[in-house]
Amino acid sequence: MQQISLLLASLPDGILLGFVYGVAAMGLTLIWGVMNVINLSHGPIISLGMFGTYMIFIKLGINPYLGLFIVAPIGLLLGILIYTVAVHRVINAPHLSSLLATFSVNMIIIGLGTAAFTTSPFNVDFNMGSVNLGSTTLLGTRLIAALAAIIVTGGLYLFLYQTRPGKNIRAVANNRAAAELMGIPSSRILALSFGLGTMLAAVSGALIATFFPFSILSGGAYELKSFVIGVLGGLGNPIGALVGGLALGILEAIIPAFLETSWVPVIEFGLFILVLLVRPNGLFGAKQ
Amino acid sequence: MKRTLFNLFALLIVLSLALTACGGNATPAPTEAPVVDAPAATDAPAATEAPAAAAEEVTVTIGFTASQTGAQEVSSKRQVNGFNLWMNQVNEAGGLTLSDGTVVKFAAQSYDDESTKERVQELYTRLITEDNADFLISPYSSGLTAAAAVIAEQNGKLMITTGAADDDTYKQGYTGVFQLYTPGSLYLTSTVDMLKTLDPAAKIAIVNESDKFSTAVVGGLKPYAEAAGFEIVLEEAYASDTADFGPIINKIVDSGATVVLGGGHYPDGSTFARQLYERKVGIQFIGILVAPPDSKFSELGDAALGVTGPSQWEGKATHTEEEANGLGIEWFGPSGADFSAAFEAAYGDKPTYHAAGGYTAGLLLEKAIRDADSIDSEAVKAALDATNIFTFYGGIKFDTSAEAHGLQIGHSMVVIQWQKNEAGELVREVVWPADVATKAPIFPIVVP
Repeated sequence: MQQISLLLASLPDGILLGFVYGVAAMGLTLIWGVMNVINLSHGPIISLGMFGTYMIFIKLGINPYLGLFIVAPIGLLLGILIYTVAVHRVINAPHLSSLLATFSVNMIIIGLGTAAFTTSPFNVDFNMGSVNLGSTTLLGTRLIAALAAIIVTGGLYLFLYQTRPGKNIRAVANNRAAAELMGIPSSRILALSFGLGTMLAAVSGALIATFFPFSILSGGAYELKSFVIGVLGGLGNPIGALVGGLALGILEAIIPAFLETSWVPVIEFGLFILVLLVRPNGLFGAKQ
Repeated sequence: MKRTLFNLFALLIVLSLALTACGGNATPAPTEAPVVDAPAATDAPAATEAPAAAAEEVTVTIGFTASQTGAQEVSSKRQVNGFNLWMNQVNEAGGLTLSDGTVVKFAAQSYDDESTKERVQELYTRLITEDNADFLISPYSSGLTAAAAVIAEQNGKLMITTGAADDDTYKQGYTGVFQLYTPGSLYLTSTVDMLKTLDPAAKIAIVNESDKFSTAVVGGLKPYAEAAGFEIVLEEAYASDTADFGPIINKIVDSGATVVLGGGHYPDGSTFARQLYERKVGIQFIGILVAPPDSKFSELGDAALGVTGPSQWEGKATHTEEEANGLGIEWFGPSGADFSAAFEAAYGDKPTYHAAGGYTAGLLLEKAIRDADSIDSEAVKAALDATNIFTFYGGIKFDTSAEAHGLQIGHSMVVIQWQKNEAGELVREVVWPADVATKAPIFPIVVP
């Protein structure tokens, strides 16, 4: 009974966090889904999004949620820049080349970030109050972040399915050669896709910064979660990534109700391996 | 095909994470007898052998790794700055002069360990075998120091550890590793002493990071608190990268705890404190490790108010020669005010306990060389074994038993608490022990 009450108290938090995990994972899976590139700079870009919120709120005094409108385009442009400089030339090379290219970008961002911000944690002292619901307290920052995550997911879905550039992205993801034969400029579309993936990573980082302290190394943990969500959800499918994120968030809320919290990563990654073994296409059955 | 490749890669990432985690928690294998063919006397470079002629100048090489990158970067830099300040001061003063006229000067040899144990072991081997370091200082953090201590002991090199509070390293049968910090198992005992004066009926929740250092702290805290008559209503460990403390806080509320003790390192400690505040769960007293003594903790704003933490050293409550005289213990080194002034002049920043620890590691080596009147490592080791001194950093004395050789037994912690000054700014006050306290503790914490 005690476990059930703990579960009920923790579940809403897990769900809210899950939405944000989903946005972070969307960036990774979008890039992989479109161009078969495993973006190892995903984590540091999430960290840059966190620092974006920090600079915008602490240094410029702008509301962090308004700051998303600054972080998002910068993330998009940064992604296009990374694609152009580091990824484009190796896009058709074996996977190891693009892996090493994005790993190099990862090291560069961490190196520059360490020089600029050190590895010391930063904190955005921003409070949106809280709502008491029986035995649980919902923090305003998490509620708004979840709402923002849902809006971002919906926006991305509409972009991919209702706009010409979005349809071009899906066409390139399905068959790049055929898309090129139809006159779609695949290089530009790939750059746009990488930019969108980076933008999503930066936005998720910006949202996370409103409720967790962070350092330039913090993005690594969310990159790992994104890999797990990528397996649970769908590649290139924003809804699948959101559902995968929710599943992970709920898992993180459920486990501490029954076991010591240090078991969370053990069970989380144990289940991840189990899913790989029994349902290689993911729990939510992304289509091949 | 695409999904299979992604899955394979994701699996690889997760497995490597798991292996890293396993490696991170592995207890260093107990070192057997030091390598027989590497006795300190013959191992020492020519420059450090017993000087033959009067007024000879020798340079002693002190080797260590610094975390210029990675998770320990900030604390490590502070520690190294403190050490470098000591070395520069000694060298600028003309070095140490031994009774036979030999002038001893010091040089540092250092590499970036990237905050990883693998690099630490590789680089300490290099420092010993290629750079011929005469003495070693530890890297920052218990985990890295445990990795370095194995190498030092295997090669028969003396190592003074600072920034490393874990007890286990000194219970491996080592004979040449000497700890400057108060051991982890005693980290929160002074907090318990203070709590006993504030609320003897408090119900304690122990919530800690599941790493080596924090586990050692809790290992000492629990029996101490129980012996003091406190009821422990919750014991909970969490993974190092935990960011969401919501489920844990729900458990704390459910347990009926009035006091939370534990934490781990800065990132998790500051996150935990912030979420305890945001959820307004009515905890009356919070004592967490490592994070509160850091000046950055005030960035939490009102969430920092009332949070306490143990500190190895505080500039506001620095130890004095009068204190040493009162205890009948020999005083050595500069006053706390002189150290702080020199540090600020050199680095433009107020010294933290990391910096004080780095400086005192050098000071301790200086004292041991003076007492030994030699730079021979066996003689210096004997001097370290016999050390019982007081510095601005506090008492220094080592356990010399076979079970825990080198464990620090002379140093005690102070407890700091974030309070507001008259201008409404958050300031760090020393609240325990009462005889050095700068303010009375806030109890209970008032959450608006």
